[in-house]
Amino acid sequence: MSGTSLVTARERALAVLGGEPDDATLRRYLHGIAGVDAVGLEQRAAGLGTRSIKTSSKKWALDRIISLVDLTTLEGADTPGKVRSLVAKAMNPDPADATTPRVAAVCVYGDMVPYAVDALGSVHGDPDDGLISVAAVATAFPSGRSSLEIKLADTAEAVANGADEIDMVIDRGAFLAGRYGLVFDQIAAVKEACRRPDGTSASLKVILETGELVTYDNVRRASWLSILAGGDFIKTSTGKVQPAATLPVTLLMLEVVRDWHLMTGQRIGVKPAGGIRASKDAIKYLVTVAETVGEEWLQPHLFRFGASSLLNDVLLQRQKMASGHYSGADYVTID
Amino acid sequence: MSFLEYAPAPESRAILSLRDSYGLFIDGEFVDGRGTPFQSISPASEEKIATIANANAADVDDAVAAARRAHDRVWSRMSGRDRGKYLFRIARLIQERARELAVAESLDNGKPIKESRDVDVPLVAAWFFYYAGWADKLDYAGLGASPKALGVAAQVIPWNFPLLMLAWKIAPALAAGNTVVLKPAETTPLTALIFAEIVQQADLPPGVVNIITGAGDTGAALVGHGDVDKVAFTGSTAVGRAIAKQVAGTHKKVTLELGGKAANIVFDDAPIDQAIEGIVNGIFFNQGHVCCAGSRLLVQESIHDEVVERLKTRLSTLRLGDPLDKNTDIGAINSREQLDRIRELSDAGVAEGADRWSAPCEIPENGFWYAPTIFTNVQTSNRIAREEIFGPVLSVLTFRTPQEAIAKANNTPYGLSAGIWTDKGSRILAVADQLRAGVVWANTFNRFDPSSPFGGYKESGYGREGGRHGLGAYLAPASVTRAGRPAPRAVEAASAASAAAADEKPARRTRRTTKPAKKGAAK
Amino acid sequence: MSRLAVPKTYKLFIGGAFPRSESGRTYEVRSADGAFLANAAKASRKDARDAVVAARGAVAGWAGATAYNRGQVLYRIAELLEGRRAQFVAEIEEAEGLTRAQAGAQVDEAIDRWVWYAGWADKFAQVAGNANPVAGPYFNISVPEPTGVVAIVAPQDSSLVGFVSAIAPALVAGNAVVVVASERFPLSAISLAEVLATSDVPKGVVNVLTGAPAEIAPWLASHADVSALDLVGAGDLDWVDLEIAAADTLKRVLRPEQGPDAAAPALDRIAAFTETKTVWHTKSLR
Repeated sequence: MSGTSLVTARERALAVLGGEPDDATLRRYLHGIAGVDAVGLEQRAAGLGTRSIKTSSKKWALDRIISLVDLTTLEGADTPGKVRSLVAKAMNPDPADATTPRVAAVCVYGDMVPYAVDALGSVHGDPDDGLISVAAVATAFPSGRSSLEIKLADTAEAVANGADEIDMVIDRGAFLAGRYGLVFDQIAAVKEACRRPDGTSASLKVILETGELVTYDNVRRASWLSILAGGDFIKTSTGKVQPAATLPVTLLMLEVVRDWHLMTGQRIGVKPAGGIRASKDAIKYLVTVAETVGEEWLQPHLFRFGASSLLNDVLLQRQKMASGHYSGADYVTID
Repeated sequence: MSFLEYAPAPESRAILSLRDSYGLFIDGEFVDGRGTPFQSISPASEEKIATIANANAADVDDAVAAARRAHDRVWSRMSGRDRGKYLFRIARLIQERARELAVAESLDNGKPIKESRDVDVPLVAAWFFYYAGWADKLDYAGLGASPKALGVAAQVIPWNFPLLMLAWKIAPALAAGNTVVLKPAETTPLTALIFAEIVQQADLPPGVVNIITGAGDTGAALVGHGDVDKVAFTGSTAVGRAIAKQVAGTHKKVTLELGGKAANIVFDDAPIDQAIEGIVNGIFFNQGHVCCAGSRLLVQESIHDEVVERLKTRLSTLRLGDPLDKNTDIGAINSREQLDRIRELSDAGVAEGADRWSAPCEIPENGFWYAPTIFTNVQTSNRIAREEIFGPVLSVLTFRTPQEAIAKANNTPYGLSAGIWTDKGSRILAVADQLRAGVVWANTFNRFDPSSPFGGYKESGYGREGGRHGLGAYLAPASVTRAGRPAPRAVEAASAASAAAADEKPARRTRRTTKPAKKGAAK
Repeated sequence: MSRLAVPKTYKLFIGGAFPRSESGRTYEVRSADGAFLANAAKASRKDARDAVVAARGAVAGWAGATAYNRGQVLYRIAELLEGRRAQFVAEIEEAEGLTRAQAGAQVDEAIDRWVWYAGWADKFAQVAGNANPVAGPYFNISVPEPTGVVAIVAPQDSSLVGFVSAIAPALVAGNAVVVVASERFPLSAISLAEVLATSDVPKGVVNVLTGAPAEIAPWLASHADVSALDLVGAGDLDWVDLEIAAADTLKRVLRPEQGPDAAAPALDRIAAFTETKTVWHTKSLR
């Protein structure tokens, strides 16, 4: 999966904003977008959550969830061995069932990228082709508190090491202080750093860390800002801050993506990350995607789950559907 | 297969054990009716559900007599504390049998199971819980110390929320110390009859709750019965008007919850995605069979096209079909008669020049169905902008200024509800002040709660249900010395002179009891 | 030699003006002992129609005034009435054949009832309305609002206190009224209208018709722009027919009351001409 061109992104932003992306222009634009009524949003999300997905639909949904997972390890204790184990799980989630799809990507810290690339071998590639991408968190993840130079170096190194996707964090402090121009410029600069020598680009996921933005109006504005600045994906959370992904927040981001598509024709991806552990919850997200932006969004270059323990719950459900009886934790592998 | 064609997810009917036929519930027992029984059918399939007894005038007499006995001998003498405990029991029994009631409601009424399960039945239990707690606190109802129950309440309810309307009627009546005779709508008697079983399980004293089934003539006989002290009706304005005439000149206290043609006002700064949801919920909830439905969308002209486009997109995701499928958004129209009325008004809209758009739904072969429909290019004088359609049909009109929105919203003989969508708080409060409607939802729509009074202005009826106000509708002050009144000094009237004058006039007409009035089906 | 008195012409009170009946009709009003007192205007259906138009036009301003302001305006009526006490006592004494003390008691009670109702103007909403603790993230409040135009058949056996007791409660919440005075004792009602005209009551808020209630009331009961009907003094009319006529537009109806306690001051007389409005709004920190 590759990222879109930065030049196009910038031109598009200028056209949409009608001016340079400075604090004042962005403020005018972002604050001109209709507000969000939190109660109504949460009710809509709850309503989507009551969909009852059974039998053939559930079977399809479980397989699709697996193929949309960014299987993630983001620990200080990560080692090459841990990453190899993760990659093995990503390639062959259920050793007992060869029909199990592969996940979309493995998501690791930048310094772990070479080990992931190495372990994937020939399976490394575009998840739309059934292969597995390597995603790297970058830009002083998870806090984002460092200089732009370091964030860019962090990004460039991960790309150079073979990362296909960069999960960057926005500067929430700058956003909350109203420095929208600064946030825009940083995203654009990171996007530039995603470029490879051959002219292609790693795909850029922009993490909003919605748990720190707190209000839905902020989430909506940050979503627009990230897309305007050239993000290929908008992602809810680092997983290090509570609350991480929630259904209302994801619904809201999907609504932005839908409106952006209506306005520009461009499709932006959405990645809820953190806190989605049960198949039942993941299915609610699939329903929300399908009923908000359409089910063509349910493919790896437009929707991802950032998760780790979710995969095993899906496998247990899958085994139950295949065998007709409930499975147990010892019948799926821990990594 | 497309994911959005969700596989069928039907709620099981196994939880429901229906009888072949149901009698009238009078004096604590099911008895045969003396009228000709009728069938209740499922509007989604037209299959027969059960045979229902039909109460004639003699049955109405029996039911009212049972209620009178229960009132005079038992219920009016019981402590408020014990009346409350009975109501708490009923609330719990409803929760215990919630799924069964939801399935029965969806089967008989045609509403989606997700609504009967998540809205109707939970609110029914909540209503009994709320009023249960009032039973021993009547001194705080706002009518002064020791207010009195009115006596026997005649209650006639509609088919759109069969069990919920029963709860709105029975819970406050019983809490206040009245006994009741309730007639459910002809097309939706099932949950009321299951409720009668719950009354038995609760061991409520016989005669406190009586449920009689039948059509409009049964309702008219009940409302006109001379030994009834209170009439509570929810349904059409036409029938409400007939009832108001029927009870004129009697001592009966009346509350009427009638029709509506609510304006849902969307300003250009509205939270747009939630407004779209609110519009959808406002008119397509319960197939639009809602007296407070937001059937007139008043949208600021500057965002008209955007709102209509978004609405159409959203409506295209609504799923019409089997009411018992857990993913159904739009169920069946309750009856062929109602479907005909929706079609007639909708065709009138086209004939008057409005543009009709219907969501692309597959319509099932059997049963009564109407696809969610939007009319644009509607003028305020069009029938579809003035008459209550009581179906999934939205009329879209525009306005330019807040004043114009208010004027258009109020330009109707109805006044039940209204909606306001805007981010501006001061505008919400000012517009809410000026709307002539009993319930105003701001940045939300179709919310109900037992603590929140509900009822109309103008021809949408009078009296309130819910909250302290709803309790007051079933109570009278302790004596003629009314609450809060200063002791007037003795004032001599021109007694001799007026007595002489009165002799020359025709005898004053006083309490008139029954007056037969032919009515259509109460709804 | 005694001075020759200047008698007053008693006219209708509509929209703040004192017109004669458009029909040109009058009827003789005689004292308790049969002496001629005045020719009162005998209002027609068209006068009733004009009065309803005037009342409807006055609702928005009166209902929209602050409750504090309405309370002061009503209190001012009491002040002015007190100042003209002697005139009303004499009028009632003559019309009803009461002693001066009895007539005085009636005027005093009328004044005190204005004071009582005036005080309610900015308290009624607090007593009749409330915040509702709904089970969800909503602000929810219920408030009483005026019903609109209230047509009243005033008590027929009293000159002033019955008339005042009928109109004051309807005015408290912000309704405008069209009131048919006592047929036999109309003069105090018109004199009170003169008080209202010189007090701060806006034009059209109170409209007074004199004449035959049996003739006028049916037009008011069936008028689609009348919101509520107070039949307190209609006990001797065919009031059931009036209630039936009122049902056509689902008017709120108060049934007749008899005797000296008719229209006695009560909170529920205020409530009878109000509508409870409940407003919901979402609330959230997000």
